[in-house]
Amino acid sequence: MKKKTIIQLLPYQAPFLFVDELTYISANRSEGYYTFKNDEYFYKGHFKDKPITPGVILTEVMAQIGVVCLGIYLLKKEFSEIKKPQIALTSNEIDFFLPVLPSERVKVVSEKIYFRFNKLKCKVEMLNKKNKLVCRGTISGMLKGINNET
Amino acid sequence: MNKKELITSLKKIIKPYIQDQEAFKNLSEETDFINDLKINSANLVDVILDVEDEFDIEIDNKSMEKMLSVKAAIDIIETKLNKS
Repeated sequence: MKKKTIIQLLPYQAPFLFVDELTYISANRSEGYYTFKNDEYFYKGHFKDKPITPGVILTEVMAQIGVVCLGIYLLKKEFSEIKKPQIALTSNEIDFFLPVLPSERVKVVSEKIYFRFNKLKCKVEMLNKKNKLVCRGTISGMLKGINNET
Repeated sequence: MNKKELITSLKKIIKPYIQDQEAFKNLSEETDFINDLKINSANLVDVILDVEDEFDIEIDNKSMEKMLSVKAAIDIIETKLNKS
């Protein structure tokens, strides 16, 4: 499965698609990038006069690149024109180390811990452009293919 | 391993994942993982992976779908243990 196809299968769109590019994908690992735009909607409120990317959004970026993209790759045989991925975040535990500001580009690296009974659990980390650790932790989700409404 | 010992080791496995302490205290064979103990489907996967490690057995998809109560779990574990 091509990396571009995986991004097309993601069930997100702006302003909540947080994958620009996948640079590596295998059954055990995924890597990709996202660049935060200067006018992302959440900067208006987080914080009042000082835009900083919220931790929940950093978690979301890690989940989209590290868990959902990897999960789509693992389940690739299940998806088709009519069968789309259905996903749910089930748990995460993340430690944060550095802030991410508007226009910063981040890299996400994810390694599969296990994929059993439709649950994918991964060890995920995010690095900034200086290759410094932004955040790290484990994220789990449930994934399967479902038929689209006809 | 008799049934009582099985329930004791099963209790140890599920303890970290339960959300209803009262139901856990009163656990019996009839206790349902999802409805009584309020374990979500993602944590049920962890329970099953821990059961595999603890008893050194492999649970397939068909068995996994049935493993929704203490009784069903014990039946499945006993069957797998007798096979090996």
